[in-house]
Amino acid sequence: MRDSLTRLFLSKRLDAFLPMFAAMAAFIIGAIILFIMGTNPWVAYRAMINGAFGNQNALVETIVKAVPLLLIGLGICIAFRAKVINIGAEGQMIVGALMATAFGLAVEWPGWLVIPMAMFIGFFGGAVWGAIPGALKAYFNVNEILSTVMMNAIAVQLMNYLLGGPMMDPQQAAALGKLPETARLDSSYHLARLMPPTRLHAGLIIALVLAVLVYIMLFHTTLGYRIRAVGFNPFASRYGGIRVRRQIVIALLLSGALAGLAGAIQVYGMNYRMITDGSPTGFTASAGYNGIVTALFGGLHPLGVIPASFFFGALLVGANSMQRMTQVPSAFVIALNGMVVIFVVSAAIWREQRERQRRLAKVSDAPVPIPPVEETRQKKQES
Amino acid sequence: MDSSQFFSATVVIGILTAAIRLASPYLFAAIGEMFGQRSGVLNLGVEGQMLMGAFFAFYYTVQTGNPWIGLLAAMVVGAAMGFAMAVVSVRWRAVQGISGIGFFIFGVGMSELLFKTMMGEVRIINTGFNPIFIPFLSDIPVLGTIFFRHNFMTYLAFLLVPVAWFILHKTTLGLKIRAVGENPHAADTLGVSVARIRYLTVTMGGVMSGVAGAALSIANLNVFQENMTAGMGFIAVALVYFGGWRPFGVMFGALLFSTVMAMQLFMQVFNVAIPSEFAVMLPYILTIVVLVLTVGRVRGPSALTEPFVRE
Repeated sequence: MRDSLTRLFLSKRLDAFLPMFAAMAAFIIGAIILFIMGTNPWVAYRAMINGAFGNQNALVETIVKAVPLLLIGLGICIAFRAKVINIGAEGQMIVGALMATAFGLAVEWPGWLVIPMAMFIGFFGGAVWGAIPGALKAYFNVNEILSTVMMNAIAVQLMNYLLGGPMMDPQQAAALGKLPETARLDSSYHLARLMPPTRLHAGLIIALVLAVLVYIMLFHTTLGYRIRAVGFNPFASRYGGIRVRRQIVIALLLSGALAGLAGAIQVYGMNYRMITDGSPTGFTASAGYNGIVTALFGGLHPLGVIPASFFFGALLVGANSMQRMTQVPSAFVIALNGMVVIFVVSAAIWREQRERQRRLAKVSDAPVPIPPVEETRQKKQES
Repeated sequence: MDSSQFFSATVVIGILTAAIRLASPYLFAAIGEMFGQRSGVLNLGVEGQMLMGAFFAFYYTVQTGNPWIGLLAAMVVGAAMGFAMAVVSVRWRAVQGISGIGFFIFGVGMSELLFKTMMGEVRIINTGFNPIFIPFLSDIPVLGTIFFRHNFMTYLAFLLVPVAWFILHKTTLGLKIRAVGENPHAADTLGVSVARIRYLTVTMGGVMSGVAGAALSIANLNVFQENMTAGMGFIAVALVYFGGWRPFGVMFGALLFSTVMAMQLFMQVFNVAIPSEFAVMLPYILTIVVLVLTVGRVRGPSALTEPFVRE
């Protein structure tokens, strides 16, 4: 009886819930912070839930917020699986969006041709911005965390320059306010809306299809196998004949490409123009960072990222309604996201311990060889 | 002012003076980070720690009118965040590259949250650390202006460089830190507590990042704004690589960066015919170039980013 309980407790399936326990820890600390600030945590969290799921409109907002998180999260999965830490989704998203917008404003072709091409151009732009740090890491051994952060800052300045200058809406350029935004895309270029009065757009379908494709790519193709092998053990991979450097570039390139596509979808599906507010996250709304949180929460599994992206989309939409209802600034959710990252990463040690316990349990289950059991027990005592 | 004046003597002196002043936040943060990395822990939360330090320093300076209390507050909050990072990376052995990003995101959100609830609006103070003219030395033409008319934090930052060098290379503690970062198993065998050393360096690194934030908000700029560090924390981490994990190397890197920053500021003032956005890009492009050039020249601590497990 006790054995079967242990087995249940140690079952691999329970591991999938570890990020949830970790996130719960973050939420509890968040509640303490709210409490210290003089807000009732229960009221604040309830305002968040209502704001995210309370009615159809709220639900739609949650879903459209989830789309960029899902795409970027998928990219992060690919990169992190290769042990490449891509912090550059912000910049990759910006560059993808810039290129896709420039294309849409330049051409006058039918929509059925422009939309897919624009999506591809966004994909391509992000890929370029991801491939640069990828190549720097692979061939010059430059730390990709630092180079991607720098590429973000460069992309932000590029965006500020273009949206405030060459790409600025002529109407804004003539106006006094001079908002940094481009002209509006022709209405035939807009992504189809799935439930017309609401903002739910076809980007959702693109993102969901890509989630399945990334899953197949990572787990059922040689490319995915190579990427994961490099992440698991680069030395053994090289010994096994995998070109490690090339996989690193590919992983960051694909990761960037998905972020770039997210940028293009944001323009063609949501705003119909590229717009920022002058701050570094003015266009992306921090999707590049939140995508990392999403991917980690989804266990770095493409299919796990789907529910994770809806969860964090809800959190972001809920934050705004919490700000309205309780006067707690929505920045609270950024702090909360940071804690989720910290706890989810820290929970990995739990997974490790469970893996060890599982091994021990399996050995003691084995019927015949008794000596190994003694050996393992001794080892356990020693350590 | 037009751009032809950009290369006049006054402007060059102005740029160099500003460069010395602007180097101080980089120096504090990078030297703190260097100790952490020398002991084997990569703390990527510097940016978040700086923002929290900047906010607390500013808030308490406004409340008390005393920058020393502000500085103390920045050190305390930096220590708390550094200690948390140490627990996560030493005790829980989390992947350092990612947990640091968690602290970065937390710091960005938390400093903005506190700023909006506790202060609400941007304001400028005049109770921060004001320039101290060193007697006699500050009267030397040119050099006096460039080197001896700075605020307390700037002098402190540069004094710290030889102190850091002394600690790292001439004391037992420094030897232990280097041993733990190079070969933790050997250090452990010899009775050095790997965990204790790493707790110490990462917590102290947090303190230094907090001080770096204070150098921004209550000494150099006398203002606090959301996200005011704008990537300086990450540049500080890059400077550690660039400086070859050595205090004087880090100082050289910090000066290179602050000179570029100062030039960039002056270019904006003088309307040099380059869009200001491209001027702002310069330090970031420089970081990447510098990383490409330095890698391979010096080898980092062998155990960097590797959690220690006793076998």
